[in-house]
Amino acid sequence: MASWIEKQRSILDYTLSSLMRRKGKNISLFIVYTVVVFILASAMFFTQAMKREASLILKDAPEMVVQRLLMGRYDPIPLDYLQKIRGIRGVISADARLWGYYYDPVVGANYTVMVPRNQSLSPGRIIIGNGIARDRMINRGDIFSFRAHDGQSRSFTIDGELPAASELVSADLILIAEADFRDLFGFPASHATDIAVSVINPKELLTIARKISEQLPDTRPIIRDEMVRTYDSVFDWRGGMVIVLIMMALLAFVIFAWEKASGLSAEERREIGILKAIGWETSDVIAAKTYEGSAVSFFSFTFGILLAYGHVFFSAAFLFAPALKGWSVLYPDFRITPFIDPYQVAVLFFLTVVPYTVATIVPSWRAAIVDPDSVMRS
Amino acid sequence: MISSPSLKMSGKARLSVRKSSLCLVLFGAAVLLLGAMFFHAAYQRQADAPLIVHIAGVVKTLDLTDLCLFTEARYTRHPSQADLYSAFQDHPASLEHFPTGSIAGPPAALRRLHGKLD
Amino acid sequence: MIRLSNVRKGFNLGRPNEFIAVGGVDLTLEGNRITVLKGPSGSGKTTLLSLIGCMARPTSGRISLLRSLLGHNGFLKDGDMPEVEVTSLPERFLTEIRRRTFGFIFQQFNLIKGITVLENILLPTYPLGKKHRVVRKRAEELLDMFALGDRTAARVEWLSGGEAQRVAIARALMNDPPIIIADEPTAHLDSKLSGEFMDIIARLKGQGKTIIIASHDPLVFAAPFVDRVIAVRDGMIGGEGA
Repeated sequence: MASWIEKQRSILDYTLSSLMRRKGKNISLFIVYTVVVFILASAMFFTQAMKREASLILKDAPEMVVQRLLMGRYDPIPLDYLQKIRGIRGVISADARLWGYYYDPVVGANYTVMVPRNQSLSPGRIIIGNGIARDRMINRGDIFSFRAHDGQSRSFTIDGELPAASELVSADLILIAEADFRDLFGFPASHATDIAVSVINPKELLTIARKISEQLPDTRPIIRDEMVRTYDSVFDWRGGMVIVLIMMALLAFVIFAWEKASGLSAEERREIGILKAIGWETSDVIAAKTYEGSAVSFFSFTFGILLAYGHVFFSAAFLFAPALKGWSVLYPDFRITPFIDPYQVAVLFFLTVVPYTVATIVPSWRAAIVDPDSVMRS
Repeated sequence: MISSPSLKMSGKARLSVRKSSLCLVLFGAAVLLLGAMFFHAAYQRQADAPLIVHIAGVVKTLDLTDLCLFTEARYTRHPSQADLYSAFQDHPASLEHFPTGSIAGPPAALRRLHGKLD
Repeated sequence: MIRLSNVRKGFNLGRPNEFIAVGGVDLTLEGNRITVLKGPSGSGKTTLLSLIGCMARPTSGRISLLRSLLGHNGFLKDGDMPEVEVTSLPERFLTEIRRRTFGFIFQQFNLIKGITVLENILLPTYPLGKKHRVVRKRAEELLDMFALGDRTAARVEWLSGGEAQRVAIARALMNDPPIIIADEPTAHLDSKLSGEFMDIIARLKGQGKTIIIASHDPLVFAAPFVDRVIAVRDGMIGGEGA
């Protein structure tokens, strides 16, 4: 056993010396490999964490939101729908939600203007989200002017800011009193934006949703599960930007694994011949190549993973930010909670380290079965 | 053939640490760092738990349905509430409905016009 | 003692470019002697060397080695014959014989470029799994013996021809093999270095080694301490000299 360990260590010594002499090539290989793992792992960490965070944050979202559809688009819902929904068995409550968007030409941002249901605001006063306060550099006590639906301007006093801690959901919110909301947008008192519904037994949610769409055929109920699922698909492996990144990274990886697997240089073949001539067995040569492949891929993998972890969870995925922000002016400032899944890390490990190591071994195996006397003949 | 004694010493000194030992130390360090990463993640999740509860509380009191991640358009600000039949609902996170969107932004003139109309 | 009986070696058999390198050689080589295989290039002496050195198998015929020459090979059992026929052994055992019984000095030296002198010399010991400290001490002793003590950490491509030759010899001696095989060892050396090489060979014979050299260099086969010169031509043994 001790001699087996000594042998493996010696072979590892040779492998490392052998790697060191093609420094330029192997360092660039290491960098490419690390970058590939970094991109894949960043995308993976980011999407996984956002998905988990979204599902935890939205677990107390309204159980069901009922929208009205008009010409295939959603439209203000008449308040008399409230009574009809409340009449359905199993429904505890149905409440009108009033919210809309306001484009602020000063900074070019879109805000979400909303009437809080559980909080009464005095007329002429608003509460703003932390992101707006930061972008507009306005604070409690300042005056905020809106351009109303009729072209006149309406001024409001800022009563306070929503806490910075909840920026992920509230950065762009403006909370306003109902009368002010209707006056600002010219929104008729007979309508609301949509209706939030809660039910007695969550298991009956689907049944109730079906009843609502039967009784009110021009509505569309959206249940909480669907909201969470929306974020599952937003941050999905197959979704949008992530797929682009992954395709690029995998392509790069395939190209250089192919380069590796497509054969050995004449120089490498000669070296294997020498080793065999001086008494190395085929298995020793393959061991050396295995160590070479695993050393490069293990260290690149670890380095890439650690960099990705730092990138996503310490710098809030700053490299992804431009793509996530898109054209939006207002972007929440938040730190991502590291929901990482050992299973996913393991999958990434097997998707990168194993194929690469195999790609290194296969050609050397072909060379290692060559007769050792080839060295004498050359 | 001339070689200075100092060169010889440095040569031998460098060889006295075996490359395999160095590699094994690095391997151990890498495994430790990976372990530390998982440990940090677990610790940070614990530490962030109250924050997430707080945000979930805001969602509950304000009846919110979405994360404020993408404020650029209404179907990205509230993806879960967006129109069922809108083109972008093919996938709420599509970069852009038209392939050109991935290399070119909307013309500046159009954006200014948009600003004025709003 | 090494005994070859009716050994033939052909390449590309059955194809248009079929080529018989060694055709029916019967030969007995004594232990603790310097034997030179003399002949022009292409005469088959290199092929003969690689057959003796267990690097290739003959197409037909047998090669037997005296058991005492095989050193302490793990696969040998006490009850075996005093002579071991190596041609019928599986590849794994041939590797082990190459490792323990033969030390090879190649025409091109065949050192591995980019790694140091010390690492090159250590290479034959790696498959044995001996303690690093022990083999390294032996390597340093050998290097001192060949006046390479201050080149330990040098890369092999920085060496002069004579130094590279001595490194190749040191590597061949690393596992203390009873038989040294050298293929055209002086082909890349000037007369002075060739003379030095032959002095080393004489010294090795003094230590009890058996030495087989393939060469057409008069400096080698005409050296006074060479015991036997065998002429090889067209894959056959010709005349003998001493």
